[in-house]
Amino acid sequence: MTFDALTGVLLIPAVAAALLAALPGYRVTARLNVAATTLTLICALSLFFSRPEPGVYLLVDDLNGTFIVLTTFVGFTTSVFSLSYIGHELETGRLTPPFVRFYHAMYQVLMFAMNLALIANNIGLMWVAIELATLTTVLMVGIYRTHEALEAAWKYFILGSVGIALALFGTILIYMAARPVIGEGLAAMEWTVLVTHAGAFDPALLDVAFVFLLLGYGTKVGLAPLHAWLPDAHAEGPTPISAVLSGLLLNVALYALLRFKMLLAVNAAALAPGPLMVTLGLLSLVFAAFMLYRRRDIKRLFAYSSIEHMGIIAFAFGMGGPIANFAGLLHMTMHSLTKSAIFFAVGHIAQVKGTQRIADMGGLTETHPALGWALILGVVAIAGLPPLGIFMSEFLMVTSTFARAPLLALVLVFGILVGVAALFLRLNSIAFGEPRGSSANAQASYAPMFAHLALVLAAAIYMPPALVAWFQNVAGLLG
Amino acid sequence: MSRIDFDIAHLLAGSLVLISFLELYQDRLYALLNVFAAHALVLAASVAWQAFIQDAPHLYVTAAITLTFKAIVIPVALHRIIVRLGIHREIEKVVGVGAAMLAGMGLVALSMVVMLRVTHGADPLAREDLAFALSVVLLGLLMMVTRRNAVSQVIGFMSLENGLVLAATGAKGMPLVVEISVAFSILIAFIVIGIFLFRIRERFDTVDVQVIDRFRGERR
Repeated sequence: MTFDALTGVLLIPAVAAALLAALPGYRVTARLNVAATTLTLICALSLFFSRPEPGVYLLVDDLNGTFIVLTTFVGFTTSVFSLSYIGHELETGRLTPPFVRFYHAMYQVLMFAMNLALIANNIGLMWVAIELATLTTVLMVGIYRTHEALEAAWKYFILGSVGIALALFGTILIYMAARPVIGEGLAAMEWTVLVTHAGAFDPALLDVAFVFLLLGYGTKVGLAPLHAWLPDAHAEGPTPISAVLSGLLLNVALYALLRFKMLLAVNAAALAPGPLMVTLGLLSLVFAAFMLYRRRDIKRLFAYSSIEHMGIIAFAFGMGGPIANFAGLLHMTMHSLTKSAIFFAVGHIAQVKGTQRIADMGGLTETHPALGWALILGVVAIAGLPPLGIFMSEFLMVTSTFARAPLLALVLVFGILVGVAALFLRLNSIAFGEPRGSSANAQASYAPMFAHLALVLAAAIYMPPALVAWFQNVAGLLG
Repeated sequence: MSRIDFDIAHLLAGSLVLISFLELYQDRLYALLNVFAAHALVLAASVAWQAFIQDAPHLYVTAAITLTFKAIVIPVALHRIIVRLGIHREIEKVVGVGAAMLAGMGLVALSMVVMLRVTHGADPLAREDLAFALSVVLLGLLMMVTRRNAVSQVIGFMSLENGLVLAATGAKGMPLVVEISVAFSILIAFIVIGIFLFRIRERFDTVDVQVIDRFRGERR
């Protein structure tokens, strides 16, 4: 097999995982981790220029190209953040060297699994990859081995596995639907073949399959009422993992759903997946927005905010059409960048304050101006205030929905406003007022979070026409 | 396909559903474990029979994996865990036996209605296999929600996965990739669970999930 960028995206994390598992010493391995994610990012970027033909197992097209670049980019910045974060955890003794070694290896396995899920051309292979990603994150969530961490990991494991199991049943049903048309064997599980023949599939079977897939992968996306694992997993695991979970893994599960949605769209007699996604999306949005009010743990707060935003994104893709899809893609990208930046800031804040309780932190802008203002900027961005990126996508979404379904738009705006108010209420007590908690110097790596926030700002002020055209093209593909 | 082929496949898949019902009301862990081993044994037989009638030799591999891991290795290992933890006495139930059985019957009826209606086109064997498989999956889910004990939840999850294997092998000609991955993932899942159980033991001195729920953090 010749080495091309596509195998690189898979091979580099796999090799790095083996190396990191074998090598001792935090300083070397943490840097090796960064080096591996950098190389993976370069490989992913090169896919824009030379794209291999779709094979039996692997596929790169415009849709997953977007996801791969986003995943490898956030994977890279998170590895830079985790350099200083994990260093601090070692100093304070929350993690011991063997656990750090395990953590780094698992980080690369997770990257491998997510990349594989994105570029798989086979619905079975994609399922395996998402299962692998789930298992690695379960292990990482439980890494602190405290009561709460174990409980969160157990809950995530049980709910995640049930979700994954339902998704497999849906996958088998898709194969059953494809078999009479395409014939037995691998071809009946290939995306590229499935999409061209989906028009002839039995619509009833496709409908049932999609319901299972929506429930299964929807659990991984964190849509209400299947979200119960998400806040715990975000709050109790190491913060780099919270950033990767929110910024990437939720997207990967959503990508799987979008693929199946495209499949159903080809078949005119099958049910329209849109309304189902719109309903779950709005439910998640409104539910999470109200849940934001009573959070006392800072990471849990932003975990609920992720449920809210995944709801918004699912809503946008459920509405469909070029504008809503464009808004959904933009929102997804902006949310990944912003939310991981927020988690970078929150991770350092929780480390200097020695707690995640919101009541025990205050006046951050006085004690730690850089962290405090980064958090403010991040929350302003995630709340969707102008002139930042999320404002644009939410604006597009709201205006296009008002034109098509005004009642739904009202619910959307209501949910967003409730969420914004809750976030600012909490932000006020964290960032301003009397300083509370430790004011020790933070050994933070500011570069990743400010890089993300700068990108979010830049996207709002000037989106390069090439990027706009790219997103429009992908939005068109999604139908 | 001859009449007898169909009947045997039907019998095996039906027995799997029946054993799922048996699992529902076992109130001792050892008994539950034995019933689960029987569940896996019947599944292995069913997969092997499918391999024979579909003339698909790769399915024998799946059958062998099921037989060794699920019917022998995992029950033995779980047996040891139960001994080590000293939790062999009783299973606490959240829902009573009667209610659980009624709910189970409802779920089986549901899966028959759903699957038989949507699979008109498929051949009769695949249809009924799929309906049975969905019943097993749903009964596994039911077991997970009616049990509090971590070990019995895990057994519930594994019988759920047995249902998935039944579905995958019933779908004629489904590529090997998936079957192996299913078996493999169960192995991984089991390792993960094993680690978890020991960690839970370290931390709480109990595997009763109710006790872990105290740390749930709903109010934070």
